[in-house]
Amino acid sequence: MGEKTILLDHGSGGLASQQLIADLFLKYLDNKTLHSLEDSAILQNRRGRLAFTTDSYVVDPIFFPGGDIGKLAVHGTINDLAMRGAVPYCLSLGLILEEGFAMDELEKIIVSISEACKEAGVPVVTGDTKVVPRGKGDKIFINTSGIGFVAKDIDISSKNAKEGDAVLLSGTMGDHGITIMTRRAGIAVQGDLQSDTMPLHNLVAALLAELPGDIHTLRDPTRGGVATTLNEVATASGLSIELSDESLPIRPQVRAACELLGLEPLYLANEGKCLAIVSGSQAEKALAVMRATKEGKDAAIIGRLVAGRSGRVIINTPVGGARVVTPLHGMPLPRIC
Amino acid sequence: MKYLDEYRDVSLARPLVEELKNAVTKPLRIMEVCGSHTMAIFRNGLRSILPPGMELVSGPGCPVCVTSASHMDAFISMADRPGVRVAIFGDLFRVPGTKGSLAEASSRGAKVDIVYSPMDALDIAVKNPHELVVFLGVGFETTTPGIAATILTAHNTKVRNFMVFSTQKTMPAPMEALLSDPALKIDGLLCPGHVSSIIGAGTWEPLARKYNLACVVSGFETADLLKSLILLARQVGNNDIKVENVYPRAVSWEGNSRAAKVVDEIFEAADMDWRGLGRIPSSGLKIREKYAEFDAEVRLDIKLPEAKEPKGCMCGNILKGMSTPRECPLFATRCNTANPIGPCMVSSEGTCAAYYKYGRDE
Amino acid sequence: MCLAIPMRVVSVQGDPDDFTTHQLATVDADGISREVRLEIVDHWPAVGDYVIVHAGFAIHSLVEEEALKNIALLRELAEKTPEELLS
Repeated sequence: MGEKTILLDHGSGGLASQQLIADLFLKYLDNKTLHSLEDSAILQNRRGRLAFTTDSYVVDPIFFPGGDIGKLAVHGTINDLAMRGAVPYCLSLGLILEEGFAMDELEKIIVSISEACKEAGVPVVTGDTKVVPRGKGDKIFINTSGIGFVAKDIDISSKNAKEGDAVLLSGTMGDHGITIMTRRAGIAVQGDLQSDTMPLHNLVAALLAELPGDIHTLRDPTRGGVATTLNEVATASGLSIELSDESLPIRPQVRAACELLGLEPLYLANEGKCLAIVSGSQAEKALAVMRATKEGKDAAIIGRLVAGRSGRVIINTPVGGARVVTPLHGMPLPRIC
Repeated sequence: MKYLDEYRDVSLARPLVEELKNAVTKPLRIMEVCGSHTMAIFRNGLRSILPPGMELVSGPGCPVCVTSASHMDAFISMADRPGVRVAIFGDLFRVPGTKGSLAEASSRGAKVDIVYSPMDALDIAVKNPHELVVFLGVGFETTTPGIAATILTAHNTKVRNFMVFSTQKTMPAPMEALLSDPALKIDGLLCPGHVSSIIGAGTWEPLARKYNLACVVSGFETADLLKSLILLARQVGNNDIKVENVYPRAVSWEGNSRAAKVVDEIFEAADMDWRGLGRIPSSGLKIREKYAEFDAEVRLDIKLPEAKEPKGCMCGNILKGMSTPRECPLFATRCNTANPIGPCMVSSEGTCAAYYKYGRDE
Repeated sequence: MCLAIPMRVVSVQGDPDDFTTHQLATVDADGISREVRLEIVDHWPAVGDYVIVHAGFAIHSLVEEEALKNIALLRELAEKTPEELLS
């Protein structure tokens, strides 16, 4: 494959497309089902319920400290499955490429996807590639859909959160969001800021193994951050959530960058964290289970579900005050005021 | 973070919370001049622990909120011009003019760069010599010197494609305009910390004396805010009115003369339109003729569109603390946080926005 | 109208009296760092000093003594006024 950039021909379905698939995708995404190159992947069914999810990734920049758009896509879809207690089974990979996109950057992303899949044990079994004319896309957009299996006794949903439940966060807040934000021209800040992108299905498996029946809700606080996700949970469960400001885990670098730019870690995206809402009496045990995993080593208990106005999230501040945490209207932006 | 965390330390703040409970001997109404103070008070949850008798009202010190609709319309039409890209602070992105916001302009193809510093806007100009880069200048005295220094740098390095559209505003002119209304009933001012860093704590003295206002210059951390509220309550309670500085680590009585010199080199006083308050004489800054090549209004021949404040908007009265949001006919009907009309709703913690989001049962 | 935070000066360049030089400092706080401009700072900082940073500019050089007085002011309860403490 001699071309240095993606051409319209690569999306046409003809020989150029086939060459791209053979030379790039099949080289790295190595499994029997994908290699058969049929129009659909035929999967062996099992008894029970399936979880099915889809997500699209348009992040800019496509390479950032801690990861890239490919890794993000694999982890994101695995995590959506894990948040319902599903064991992830396989992924689809849909790519929309902009004409002129550098081949070596595409290769890096495919390698990254391959590594993420291998590490997580979840293969890409089917895929598709389209190319749009220059200017009609932004380098690369990725869609991943995922299928997982949900065991019989598992029922994890935002609606199941109960009064008295504890809210746990599996690690530090805002890492991904601040990293992406500070990669933008004009908002640059140097330092050890990295995306936290990570698959969470093993962490979830550990929780479900140790505390069956006590894990009521799992959510990954991606866009909109912890604040927005907890508002959704509060609304779905008809309860209020009280958080403690002091217990929110934040890396000092993330906090400093947020202070400088006028951003709130509570509203910044996380790509490798989960909120777990568990029976109040099992909070400490759940914390210990999380902290014993590499994904959850910085886990903390950050709040609890209380009776009160549906959909309300309140933070108790260290001086004994309280403030309401509303969901974000749109994207977080740096401010001077 | 050093020089920050110590002032948020609970062991420093808790005794002050206790003291605040006993500090109010006479009911008092304090205006938070600065939008960042309103935010800081909210963030710390201080509103929920204010002692009875102490009322806080938000003032005009939020620069984007008081940017007039006609200035916003001019900003947006500039962004829509081919060959022009505008650079803005993030605060400005969603503020509405009469026909939408810069966010909407961006969605239809306008080039809008969000920057952290005006110097970053100059960098964009240097990197894109074939485009005209206009920095949309908003802010008070904390921000103006940096914008002035940026223009000076552009001048010294002979950058030809960089301009500033200045809607810079100054304190305490709007305070004088608000306070001269005899119907306004406030007892004291929580004076802005970083603006006072530049203009000096002493700037508030004439206002304090003329209107018998308790004044405390405050920092933004928990202990700073608590101490300031305590001192305000005591000044009013003892009828011992003066200007006190609770932020000496950042604020001196005289202010920052080096910054003042740079501002004076680039800018001169001008009348300015304030959203909700109308035109206030000598309350703004315009770029001096010597630097006209950096003045977007002059170089791009901008005519400010006649944007009428929407009928019924009561922000002026609400800023003065003379009306509550619910008395405004637009509140929660045409004016809400998703579609704000006046500054009190544009500011995410302005009086109307706070009422809208949290209700009165805070 | 003023988000500004104290950061530590790690390096300084430029001539404080010559605005045609690049008056710059690199500052850091808790592991993050950035360049800030020194054109409008009240007193030219030395490496190791702290400056208050707003919109990419240092607006004030923080003096340790003033910070200590500030803490004392906040700790002092009831009787003393700021003037008494700072005198």
